[in-house]
Amino acid sequence: MEAPLTSAIQPGVSLDIKGYEAAGGYQALRKVLQQMTPQEVTALVKESNLRGRGGAGFSTGMKWSFVPMDMEGPKYLVANADEMEPGTFKDRWLLEGNPHQLIEGMIISAYAIQAGISFVFLRWAYKEAAREIRRAISEAYAAGYLGRNILGSGFDLEMHLHTGVGRYMCGEETALLNSLEGRRAVPRAKPPFPQISGLFGRPTIVNNVETLSYIPHIVSKGVAWFQGLSRTGDGGTKIYGVSGRVNKPGAWELPMGVTMRELLEEYAGGMQHGYRFRGALPGGASTDFLTDAHLDTPMDFTAVAAAGSRLGTGTMVVLDDHTCPVGFVHNLEHFFAQESCGFCTPCREGLPWTEKILYALEQGQGTAADLEQLDLHTRLLGPGNTFCALAPGAMEPLQSALKYFREDFEQHVHEKRCPYGNHTY
Amino acid sequence: MATIHIDGKSYEVKEGRNLLETCLSLGLDLPYFCWHPALGSVGACRQCAVKSFKDGQDTKGKLIMSCMEPVKDQLRISISDKEAAAFREQVIGWLMTNHPHDCAVCDEGGSCHLQDMTVMTGHSYRNYHFTKRTYKNQYLGPFLNHEMNRCIQCYRCVRFYKDFAGGKDMDVFAAHNHVYFGRHQDGVLESEFSGNLAEVCPTGVFTDKTLQHHYTRKWDMTYAPSVCQGCGLGCNIIAGERYGSLRQITTRYNGAVNGYFLCDRGRYGYEFVNSPRRIKEVAIRGLTDTAIDTNTALQYLQDKCKPGRTIGIGSPRASLESNFVLQQLVGPDHFYLGVSDTEHDLVSLALKILRQGPVRTPSMQEAAAADAVLILGEDLLNTAPMLALSVRQAVRRQPAQEAMHTAHVLSWQDAAVREAMQDKHGPCFILHVQPTKLDEIATGAYHTAPDNIARIGFAVCRLLKAPVPEVKDLTEQEQQLAQQIADALMAAERPLVIAGYGSGCEGVLRAAANIGRALHDSGKPAMLALTTPECNSMGLEMLGGHRLESAIDAVVNGEADTVIVLENDLYRRLDKPVADRFLKHCRELVLLDHLYNATAEMATVLLPGGTFAESDGTLVNNEGRAQRFFQVFTPPGAIQESWRWLLMLAAATGNERLKHMAYLDDITRAIAQRLPAFAGIERLTPPADFRIAGQKIPREPHRYSGRTAMLADVNVSEPKPPEDEDTALSFTMEGYRGEPPSSMIPFFWWPGWNSVQSINKFQVETGGPLHDGDPGKRLIEPGSNGQHGYFMDAPEHFVPLAGHLLLIPLYHIFGSDELSVHTPAVAERMPAPYIMLCPEDAQRYQVAENHQLQIAIDGHPYTLTVKLNPAMQKGIAGVPAGMPGIGISETPVIAKI
Amino acid sequence: MLTQTEITKIEHEVQQVPVRKAAVIEALKIVQEQRRWVSDENVEDIAALLGMSADEVDSVATFYNLIFRQPVGRHVILLCDSISCWVMGYEDIRHTLLELLAIKKYGQTTADGRFTLLPNPCLGTCDHAPALMIDNDLYRDLKVEMLQGILNKYE
Ligand SMILES: Cc1cc2nc3c(=O)[nH]c(=O)nc-3n(C[C@H](O)[C@H](O)[C@H](O)COP(=O)(O)O)c2cc1C
Ligand code: SF4
Ligand code: FES
Repeated sequence: MEAPLTSAIQPGVSLDIKGYEAAGGYQALRKVLQQMTPQEVTALVKESNLRGRGGAGFSTGMKWSFVPMDMEGPKYLVANADEMEPGTFKDRWLLEGNPHQLIEGMIISAYAIQAGISFVFLRWAYKEAAREIRRAISEAYAAGYLGRNILGSGFDLEMHLHTGVGRYMCGEETALLNSLEGRRAVPRAKPPFPQISGLFGRPTIVNNVETLSYIPHIVSKGVAWFQGLSRTGDGGTKIYGVSGRVNKPGAWELPMGVTMRELLEEYAGGMQHGYRFRGALPGGASTDFLTDAHLDTPMDFTAVAAAGSRLGTGTMVVLDDHTCPVGFVHNLEHFFAQESCGFCTPCREGLPWTEKILYALEQGQGTAADLEQLDLHTRLLGPGNTFCALAPGAMEPLQSALKYFREDFEQHVHEKRCPYGNHTY
Repeated sequence: MATIHIDGKSYEVKEGRNLLETCLSLGLDLPYFCWHPALGSVGACRQCAVKSFKDGQDTKGKLIMSCMEPVKDQLRISISDKEAAAFREQVIGWLMTNHPHDCAVCDEGGSCHLQDMTVMTGHSYRNYHFTKRTYKNQYLGPFLNHEMNRCIQCYRCVRFYKDFAGGKDMDVFAAHNHVYFGRHQDGVLESEFSGNLAEVCPTGVFTDKTLQHHYTRKWDMTYAPSVCQGCGLGCNIIAGERYGSLRQITTRYNGAVNGYFLCDRGRYGYEFVNSPRRIKEVAIRGLTDTAIDTNTALQYLQDKCKPGRTIGIGSPRASLESNFVLQQLVGPDHFYLGVSDTEHDLVSLALKILRQGPVRTPSMQEAAAADAVLILGEDLLNTAPMLALSVRQAVRRQPAQEAMHTAHVLSWQDAAVREAMQDKHGPCFILHVQPTKLDEIATGAYHTAPDNIARIGFAVCRLLKAPVPEVKDLTEQEQQLAQQIADALMAAERPLVIAGYGSGCEGVLRAAANIGRALHDSGKPAMLALTTPECNSMGLEMLGGHRLESAIDAVVNGEADTVIVLENDLYRRLDKPVADRFLKHCRELVLLDHLYNATAEMATVLLPGGTFAESDGTLVNNEGRAQRFFQVFTPPGAIQESWRWLLMLAAATGNERLKHMAYLDDITRAIAQRLPAFAGIERLTPPADFRIAGQKIPREPHRYSGRTAMLADVNVSEPKPPEDEDTALSFTMEGYRGEPPSSMIPFFWWPGWNSVQSINKFQVETGGPLHDGDPGKRLIEPGSNGQHGYFMDAPEHFVPLAGHLLLIPLYHIFGSDELSVHTPAVAERMPAPYIMLCPEDAQRYQVAENHQLQIAIDGHPYTLTVKLNPAMQKGIAGVPAGMPGIGISETPVIAKI
Repeated sequence: MLTQTEITKIEHEVQQVPVRKAAVIEALKIVQEQRRWVSDENVEDIAALLGMSADEVDSVATFYNLIFRQPVGRHVILLCDSISCWVMGYEDIRHTLLELLAIKKYGQTTADGRFTLLPNPCLGTCDHAPALMIDNDLYRDLKVEMLQGILNKYE
């Protein structure tokens, strides 16, 4: 089974430029600079149907094609390495293990949109990744892959590493741009899209680390190869992960479309002894629960959506039968309420409200009216009603928990206690 | 135009505006918070949600925020849609989770946008039963209270304070539901426009601190439409009274003049009306100190005011009516302008330029639409503050246009436009004797003597190909600057040149006029704004009169015995020694004024003249716009309008020119008839006999309470309310309840809209003119054939005179105006008197910071505290203009050291 | 007053961005690196250096949870309180930490000024939950028994 993104990565080692080149690295860049026009690169990526790995699954080539290529002045490319979605730890693997793959992907992508400046926006906690990327960037400069006149092609690209100072919102692409500009990480209204008016008001592309890391491979090996990797219509492999009470939590690069069951049982080694599977968030904290009934769902954008959730980041968090689903979503809503930027009303005020209700339920003080409030919030904090996707994301686990684990919620109300035992907060 | 469908009805509307303002302009009720007509949309509060449908078939639809939605043809929406309505109700529910529900003790109560919107959405039951978060409040200075717990996080305050008004010392802090709006640390808010926060904030976070010590609810005040007395711009205000004291000034929207805002001098400078120094009774020197009634006074004056032996001194802060009646009373030959001769020269030159030159002078809103600005010799934030706010908007024009084009966004998409334009400013050049706060937005700022500023101006004019002589000996820097300015102005579509009284230099005005003219001659729709110092400086100048100096001669030479001084403190017009000599020579000095001032001390007769709050009248602003202000309440004691005193005196002395005149309309009609320059001012507002449905327009809201009880401590039977014989306004709550003519709106209120946001119900479209046109009439339009050519003589290069300093006035928004400093809060913001020198001069005269420097003007000594400023020019010193305790009134002047 | 080292570092960051203001987050990080936290005075100094107002700088500084506007201990413990860690026994870890540190709640600093304990959202190591970070060191697969040993490593 091919694992183009991760096969070169060895545990505990970060691939340096020599190692990366030995594994075929920077060949794609040479090819692009020598043989392809920017438009051809975009067309290729579009044709491959690579869908963004940051969570939303938007076509990468399509996104690039919105950049006004004839506009004068600087353009920017940003790698979104903010990975702060609870339950998600996939980009870390790529960042720590093979930073050059990301850098090469960024250079090619920047070439495609003719960006002259690029940034890696890295979350603060990834200290090791920061070290490796910093090292890799200077290696790439030294080798002539970055800087002026790259490989004699006339194409220039600067690359900088920016490490964040907290806040999940920084992962949202427009908030990320504000943060890069030295502002509060509040999102921006779209339109205008960043492709037109992004960083410092200039055309900008933001892509996820995993998305960008794929670019060199698609360039080298082509569209058919990329699509052949997958079991489904959404091409390529995907880094999947599982955490929670399983025997072997971890992350694996697998063909797009492996089923939840395979992930859980084959790769994660099944549930820990004495624990039963009750459900899982298939792709990070802001995706809807799926349950036993969905275990045979292929984990790709389309099928997970059809099952009523989202592929999201592809990293699954498992809920077991000893863990209180109400406490579980309380933990999530606490996170989302904390991480709301405070700009729009429903998110800023609605999320703390749901958090307080869930806490009250856990404390045995919840009422039936509280459950109605929760239902109401899941309806009213939907997409489009709030300024960005944070609050709708926050409602996904809540609404599905209310659907699949309703009896647990009601039990909290009737018994005036948490049936799973007391939690301390 | 586009056709849109709202709840099944079709409307023809303008394309490209946002849906929220379109709905409001159509008269529909739709709640909102974060949007503000002057600030545009950011989509933060989510209060303005409506349902949008793809087409006629779509029944499901989706929620959209109307403020973020551009109006396009065939847009199909529903406001009444159940889901949209439920969402809007819940938005209030969310906002109220942390709001303290303290309306009963909140100053905003009764004029609160949050209350209005809460009622509008139907949110009436609280589901939230958890604890609320609380905040600490900050001390923000004497103008504003801060009560953060009431905040609904609409971000309007920071967007106004920072983005619109350029303030630096306020922001939003922290994140999630802890966001905090205030200062980095406690302290006085520095912006000259901070008071607008009280109106911009939709709830009671920022409220008027001066109102607090005589607090009255909106519904309990008696209001009148009025005009600010603070400077020459004539911003429209609403003045509110209760229990015989003036309690609050708020913005009276005027789409052409001040829009939605006021400066802090205008908003807070009102408390002189309530001052303990008010002259309330008639006083005659030598008569016993028992109160003297009106008749005694008139009898006394009858003898003293002999025709031909009586002169009148007018006032730039008195109404046109009072000045006119005085002029007619003493006869135009004996009427003198109550301003210093320098000021007269400047204002009369400005008038001449505007009347005879071909360049149009803009209203403030037109000025805000300029796309390149040149400011010559003016520290606008201190001489004409609201015009500075216009300049702030004007410098955004060019980059915003460009941004809108490249990012494909519309002007009201505020955050997007700001992002796309970054910190770019359009061309703006500021030339002044010292740095001004506005320099930060200038493309180029340059500091030099007023004469040199004029010379650069002349050079610009020549570069614009006007037939003016070349200006020799400019430094290279000055030449480059002139070229840069000329290029920027020529490249602009609507260039604006600003100058005025602040420079104290006629050469600067001439240079400005020349540049305006040169731009005009090369086919640009150029604008020329000239500031005037006081609220009726322009009106007085248009009325005409002799120079103040000649009044002194008339008295000293024994040609006149009696001097009637109208609303004026001559010690502010003349240096103290001169004023002393003049006033001592007057046999009889009659003063009609509000406050016991230095002139009052010398007066033999004091007549209590009503302030703007106690009078009706007309003022002419720097633009030549005549505007009517109305009496708010009937004052205590013998106080009445100065013109009424003077009409009484005219009757007592059998004056022919003023025969048969008794009421305001009589005077305005006479002015319009006798002085063609004022044609039309009798129609500024409907006349006194105007009625709607047979009714007058009430000054009091219909919920006015306590009328029968408020004077019960004096008399249990309710006194008859005063009648207003001069105007179509009544002093009571009874009268016509609908919309008054735009020039007579005493307060903005509409069913369901108790807050100032009700203004949208009075406008043709949001942010546009009031329904029957913005009030006021422009009396000055550019000369059509431009008989008056270019000014040819640039002043000489300024050369410091050994042993001397050229004293120039430095203006202060808080301090330079005579009346506003009687508000304790304004006085608190006033700087201490000083003389500002450059370090070199200080060294030469062997003084350092805070030392006392002795200077002499015309042989009279003055002592001032030294302040150093390296940007000051050598040979020039600045003294604060108009500030109490200095005694130097006629500047610029050469002082000997 | 900022030190010369801080100023040099900040000026270096200013070179990377088109407008001075855009380096403000870097500036805050640099100052915090040197001083562990950012005081009011530091905020004012950064503002002056970057041509901003103190209010603008503080608006940014207070937004981000990892800029400390209050003094912290010599070492900052960031305990992951997100979902996978919570499922895997976060509560016991937290409880024990509070006991070992003899503090009452998050945000407090130990009496000896050695540690400040703060919660932190997902550390991105969910397959090794529960986890915490002390300064730049990540500790994973935590068990209550390991905590004392980990703390002992820090002066
Ligand atoms: C609240 C929020 C947090 C997000 N965090 C991340 C993140 O940490 N990493 C990421 O790549 N995308 C994140 N996204 C998605 C980005 O906005 C954006 O869609 C993505 O970076 C685009 O990259 P892609 O097209 O390669 O997927 C987040 C979105 C939201 C609404
Ligand atoms: S203080 Fe007032 S204006 Fe500012 S965000 Fe709060 S409610 Fe809005
Ligand atoms: S007014 Fe539209 S979102 Fe606030």
